[in-house]
Order: sequence, then structure tokens, then C-alpha cells
Amino acid sequence: MHTIAWLILGLPLLSATCIHLGFKRNQGLSTLIATSSALITLILSLVILGNGKDTSTAFSWVGAMGEHFKGIEIGLRIDQLSRGMLIVVTGVGFLVHLFSLTYMKDDRAKARYFCGLSLFMFSMTGIVLASNFIMMFIFWELVGLSSYLLIGHWYQKPSAADASKKAFLTNRIGDFGFMIGILMLWGITGTVTFSELELWSATPAPFNSTYLGIALLCIFAGAVGKSAQAPLHVWLPDAMEGPTPVSALIHAATMVAAGVYMLARFFTSVDLEIIAFAPQTIAWIGGITSLLAALMATQQDDIKKILAYSTLSQLGYMVMAVGLLNAQAGVFHLFTHAWFKALLFLGSGAVIYACHHEQNIWKMGGLRKKMPLTFLTFTIGTLALMGFPLTAGFFSKEQILEAALHQSTPLFVMAAIVATLTTFYMGRLLLVAFLGENRSKNSHHAKEVGALMLIPLVTLSVLAVISGYPFVASALSPLYDHVDFHFGPAFWASLTALVVGGGFAFTFYRNAETDPLSDKKIALVFRNKFYVDELYAQIVRFGQDCVAAIVHFIDELIIGGLIVGGCSRAAEGFGKLFGRLQSGNLHGYATLFGLGVILLIYITVFVP
Amino acid sequence: MASLNDYLLVSGLLFAIGLAGVIIRSNIIVIFMCLELMLAAASLTLVAFSRFNVSSNGLPDYDGQVFVFFIITVAAAEVAVGLAIIVALYRARQTINVEDLTSMRG
Amino acid sequence: MDQFLFYLFGFLALGGGLLLVGFRNPVSSALSMVVSFIGLAGLFIGLNAYFVGIVQILVYAGAIMVLFIFIIMLLDLNNEKPFQFRSATILGGLAIPLLFAIQVLGVIQKGPAEHSEKFPLITEETLQQAADGFALKSDGELLPASEQTAIYRSLAHQDSPKLPDTNLIGETIFKHYNMPLQIMGVLLLVATVGVVVLSKRSSKNANKQN
Repeated sequence: MHTIAWLILGLPLLSATCIHLGFKRNQGLSTLIATSSALITLILSLVILGNGKDTSTAFSWVGAMGEHFKGIEIGLRIDQLSRGMLIVVTGVGFLVHLFSLTYMKDDRAKARYFCGLSLFMFSMTGIVLASNFIMMFIFWELVGLSSYLLIGHWYQKPSAADASKKAFLTNRIGDFGFMIGILMLWGITGTVTFSELELWSATPAPFNSTYLGIALLCIFAGAVGKSAQAPLHVWLPDAMEGPTPVSALIHAATMVAAGVYMLARFFTSVDLEIIAFAPQTIAWIGGITSLLAALMATQQDDIKKILAYSTLSQLGYMVMAVGLLNAQAGVFHLFTHAWFKALLFLGSGAVIYACHHEQNIWKMGGLRKKMPLTFLTFTIGTLALMGFPLTAGFFSKEQILEAALHQSTPLFVMAAIVATLTTFYMGRLLLVAFLGENRSKNSHHAKEVGALMLIPLVTLSVLAVISGYPFVASALSPLYDHVDFHFGPAFWASLTALVVGGGFAFTFYRNAETDPLSDKKIALVFRNKFYVDELYAQIVRFGQDCVAAIVHFIDELIIGGLIVGGCSRAAEGFGKLFGRLQSGNLHGYATLFGLGVILLIYITVFVP
Repeated sequence: MASLNDYLLVSGLLFAIGLAGVIIRSNIIVIFMCLELMLAAASLTLVAFSRFNVSSNGLPDYDGQVFVFFIITVAAAEVAVGLAIIVALYRARQTINVEDLTSMRG
Repeated sequence: MDQFLFYLFGFLALGGGLLLVGFRNPVSSALSMVVSFIGLAGLFIGLNAYFVGIVQILVYAGAIMVLFIFIIMLLDLNNEKPFQFRSATILGGLAIPLLFAIQVLGVIQKGPAEHSEKFPLITEETLQQAADGFALKSDGELLPASEQTAIYRSLAHQDSPKLPDTNLIGETIFKHYNMPLQIMGVLLLVATVGVVVLSKRSSKNANKQN
């Protein structure tokens, strides 16, 4: 078991190393290595899942550091949470590898791309299997790195290079908080290993609950960065500059869910009833993120941007559920969401590929007839995202709404509005992009994609439907708390949202040529993402200006003016002064010399 | 017979005359001659001291005269080099008038 | 007589110096410098420094003066520009030597009283007495005739004893100032090489210009 777990972690690293060091030139071999390593890890994950035993393995990395502190370990922990997450990561990962074979067929840097994918698989399985926070943090940074590399895959495009930089820097802010949080937690509990945290939680030593709350919020900052919660959400939409399969794998299904996964890890390890303020903050941040993102999504034209904002919104859902101390609901939604969001992204990838890299939905249209299978799978994914009854999304969203209803009415209302908006913007996407008439040459020439792309789509669409049912979920989902379905307020709210959102979308966008809502002032605010980017730009600019002004002052006046300039001016002044004496006139020199002799004699002889 | 003070006075006056020449004259060769004059004045002082400082065996103290011998030797070398420099200077500038040689003005 | 000779040669030395400064023509200056040096050599001889006096005339009047004249002729400088001194220069050139002369007077004034005394004459007794110092071995016995030095023989020459100052200077140099003498030799060599290099480089430049 342990060997298999280490193998799952090691294989992608081996693949990445081999490709990077050995086979960069050989594109075909590189793709083969990366894809087969993804397939083997998937099989191994299934083996671990089939085994079904909770176990853990570790070796000491940094020895014991004193009475209070335990040392740091490098260890793997296999339990229900990591097993399920492993299936999500390797499953989506393998399908994305498969999809990329076609999608990246003509890319000249294919080897680099697959090397990045392998590196990401390594980092992500590392996060999933990590048995302590320090190790998780290491892999946390590694996924940041691989995400950076993959967003910037087409680094020749300035926008892609900027987006990768933005993603990395924004993540750094969150990661800094994460690190401080880990250190605070270490200071409070004396350990960073999850199993020992559980022990500590069972019999907590006297501690200041406020500190623990603050530590939790700092750790949450890491999740805010990685899972793109407000106010650090700005990087995720820009990250869509990367290749679409990357968006499906990293920025929809797995990496962005790492924050939720980490929170779930923490919440299942430590009993947090006593410090209610921190989880409540988390829940509210999640709710607000989901609402804002849903509003922004309603006015986007880029098919990937719409999906990116919907990802933001769904992540907000998950975070809210975790914050409501119902980690099961959050992680269950993570699980279902991973399948159907990967499906949607890969579907959009297929569309983009077919339309010769056209991403604007208003230039598509009528793709239903051109690409029937893609349309079918995309529709299934959309329905799952909307929470249509009998799809996976319906069950998981239901659980979140239920959790919200029990804990906080305002959050429940907010969640219901988000559900409505989700239906609305996804309906808009489907109506505009797939129905109606062809609105551009690119969409006119679109053809159904090949089998290698359709296999992942079909697989994922099947999973998007069945993964919500208890018989699948209890086996596969990382955390699953079976709740008997009942026709409560949550069901009615979700059904109302479906009807209202769908109805509005149908009204506005049936046969629409342009966006009928784009004239509205409020729509402009949504379209411009509440001007958050501009606000940040202003803040950063202001900060930079301040620092620059201070530095300029120091440089110009103190260093340049006083120290360097002062020295040079002093030297110049003395030079000029003594230069005066250098008349170049020999008589002058001789006179001065004579005067000197006279003075010398006077001093030596006549001064008593 | 003259006393030591007389010799010292003559030597001092000779030195003063040389100094005046160095300051006043603008022909670099004449200045050079005046420098020689000043050296010679110093030699006179040394010889006078040598003669008046009688050593234990009743003879003059010859250390001073040895010193003069060295001064003359150095002066000869100095004149050779100095005149070579003057010739080179004249070739480069076509003048040996110190009032025209002001390239060291700061 | 001695006093007269002192005044004569002193006058020669000072007058030659004044003329050296005063003449406009460098050749005249050079010749007046010879006069001044002859006066100086006379003063040296008056001080019983015969060797130094002769060397002074030989080296200065014989060698250095020829060099000066030669360079003056070579550069064709016999007509100096008429004096166009700035008054400041003249003032400095007069005031500073004057101040210096006054200071020399002051220094002489402050000197010890015996400086105004005459030096003791060198008589036959003095020479005879000095000869004894050169004749004795370390054990006090007289040297045999074959080993008697030239200094001793000259000092103790019965008919007309005379001061062998050339021998004495030579003895001082080789006994006490041997190292400076070697260095002096190196200095002369360096000066020779330096002069060759200086003149050679300038000729090269001249070639370039041509």
C-alpha cells in the first residue's frame, strides 16, 4: 500500500524529470511518457481506493525541536478524504492528458507542456497525500509554480505572460498568510501533522481560542489565494490565457479546489465549535465571492471567462459550506463540480478548437448542428452546473443549501440568488453559443472533434450525471455524508432558481444577435468585474508611487545630493581652491617656495 | 683672516642672489644656472664648517668636503639630465620661456 | 693679506652672481657664473680645501659651463626677449631674497661666540702632530718605512711638510662613505641612460613629425 502511494507521488515527478532532462526534443515520446504516467497513477489510485484501508507512512525530515514541538515529517496519509481526492485528481488529470493529445497536437512546445502537466500532477498528488501542513505547504508552492508555468505556456503572448505573473504574485499574498498561519498553529498546538492535530483536538491543552481563530484565518488566506476567493480572485479569470485543458485541470477541477480540500482537512482534524467567529468569516467570504462572481459571469463574452467566473462562484459555494462547518457538503460539491466543470472546460476546449481558437460566444452560434456530440455533453455539464434535478450538481448543491438553511438565513438567500444567476448565465452561454445561427466564418466551418477528444467528454458527462447518486458518491467522493432526500425549502429554492434563471435567460437570449442587456449601466459594472482590477491597479500604483517617492527622495537628496553629490562637490570645491594655486607660473611657484623656506627658518630658529 | 660668520654671510648672500634669479628670470636656462649658484652657496657653507670644525688630530673635518664632492657629482648629473629635458622641451614647444609654459594651470 | 684675498674672492663670487642674474644675454650670464665660481673656488682654497676648489673649477667651469654654453648655442638663444616682467614678480624676486638675507644675518647673530673667531692655522707642528696618528700601529710602535702611507709621508716630510687633503678626502670616502660612493656611481649611470633616452625619444618624435 505504502509503496503504491509513494509510486503515485513519484511517477509524475519521474515523468517530468525525464521529459525535462532527456526527451525535450522528442515530442512524441514526451507525450507518451506523461500520458502513460497519468494512466498508471489513475490505475494505482483505483487500486488504493479498492483496498479502502486508512493508513499512513512517514519518515522524519527535521528532528524533534524541543519539548513542545514535534519534528517535521515527510509522510503520506491515506484516508477517505485523500483517496477520493486522489481519484478526482488522477481521473481528471488522465482525461485532460488524453484531451491534450489532440488539443495540443500542433503546438511546437508540446514536450514543455506535458512536462508541466506531469509536474502539476506530482504537486497536486503531493497536496492530497500530505500528512502534515509543512509538506502540504511545499507542494502548495509547487502547484503554484506549475500553474505559473502552464498559464504562461504561450509566453510569447504578452497577455499570457502577464496573466501567469499575476496568478503567481496574487497567490504569493495568500501563501504568505498560509505560512504565518501554519507557524501560528505550530506554536499553539506544537505539531503540524494532521493525525496529531486530531489527538490534540480531542484533549486540547489550555490555549487562547482567539489565537487559534486568527491562525485559522491566516491558513484560510492560503485558501483565499489558491481557491481564488474575494478579494484575491482576480487571477483566476486571467489564468484562462493558458491552454484550455490546463484551465480544465488546474483552474477548474483540482488546484483551485486545493484550498477547499485543505480547509476540509483542517476542519475534520480540529474541532472548531469553540471559535465560531473564524468559520463564520470564512462562510461569509465564500458567500460573497460566489455572489460577486455570479454577477460578473452574467456579462462576459469569452466562453472561458464565463466558465472561470462560474468556477469562482462554485468555489465560493464550497468555501461557504466548509465555513458553515459542513465540510462534507463542501467536499461533496468539490467532487461533483470537478467532473462537470472539467467537462464544461474540455467541451469549451473542443468548441474553441473546432472554431479555430475563437473564444467569443457571440461569434459562435449554431454549433448544435455542427458538433452534436459536443453539444450533448456540454448540455449535460451545464445542467449539472445549474443543479438540474437528477444530475450530480443537484445533489451536492442541495446539500449546501440545506447547510446554509440550518445555519444562517442570509447566506441561504444569497446562495439561492447565486443558484438563480448560475442558471441564467449558463443558459445564456448555451443559447448563444450552441443554438441560433452561425454568426461568423469560424463557427460556420466548425466540425465535430475527433474521438480522442470525445472520449474524455463522454466519460466526464457520464460522471457528471452519476457521481451525485449515493451509490457512486459513497464509494468515490472524498467525504460524503448521506442525507435522505426530502422536499424541503432547499429543494424548492433550487427548483425556483432553475425556473426563474432559465426563464430569464430564455427570454433575453433566444435568437439574440447581440447582448440585449449590455446597455444597462449595472451590466457595465458586471462586465468590468466591479472594477476590482482597476481598484487594485490604483492601490498598487499608489503604493508604488509612495515607495517610489520615498526612494526617490532618499536617492536624490540624501544619497545623491548629500553623500555622493556632497563628496563630489567637496572634492570639486577643494580641487578648484587648490587649482587656483596652480597658476602654471613658475615664478609663482618659486616665490611660494622661497616664502616657505623663510617661514621654515623663522620657525626653526627664531620662534623660542 | 675671516671668521666662520663671514663665510656664512657670503654663502647666505650668494644663496639669496640665486633665489632672486630663480624668481625674477624667465629664461629657463638662466634659472637653471641660478639653481647651480644656490647649490654652490650651500657647498661653501659645508667647506667652511669643515675647516672650522677641527678634529682631534688638528686637521680639518673632511666629512664636509666629502659632502661637497658628492654635491658636485650630483650637480653634474642633474645638469646633464636637466639640459636634456630643456632640449626636449624646446623641441616640443619651441620656447624655453617659463611664462609661456603654463600648461600646469589648474 | 689673507683678509684681502677673502674680500677679493668673496666680491668675485657675489659680483659674478649678481651679474648672472642681471645680464639679459644667457651667454653673458654663463660667463659671469664662471666668474662667480672662480671666486668660490678661491674661497675654498682659502679654507685649505685645495681639492674641492680645484674640482669646483674643473667640473663647473670646465664641464658644466661648456654644457650650458653648448645648449644655449644649440637652441640659438642669444637674444632673449626684452624684459617684460610683471611688477609682482620683481617685487617677489627682491623681497624674498632680502628677507632671506636678513634672516641669515639674524641666524649669524644668534650663533655662538666662537663663530666670529679665526680658525687655527695649520703649521708644521700641527702636521707633524697629525702625522703621528697615521704612523703608529695599534700597539704603539712605529710602522716600518715600507708600510708607511702616502698620507704619513706627505705629512711628515721633513723638508716641506704639506697638507695632503686629496689623500685625506680619499681616505674618508673609501673608509666611511663607500656605500654612498657606490650609489653615486649608479646615479651617474642612471643619469647617462636617462639623457640618452630623453634625446632618443625626442629624435623619434622628430622623425614622426617629418
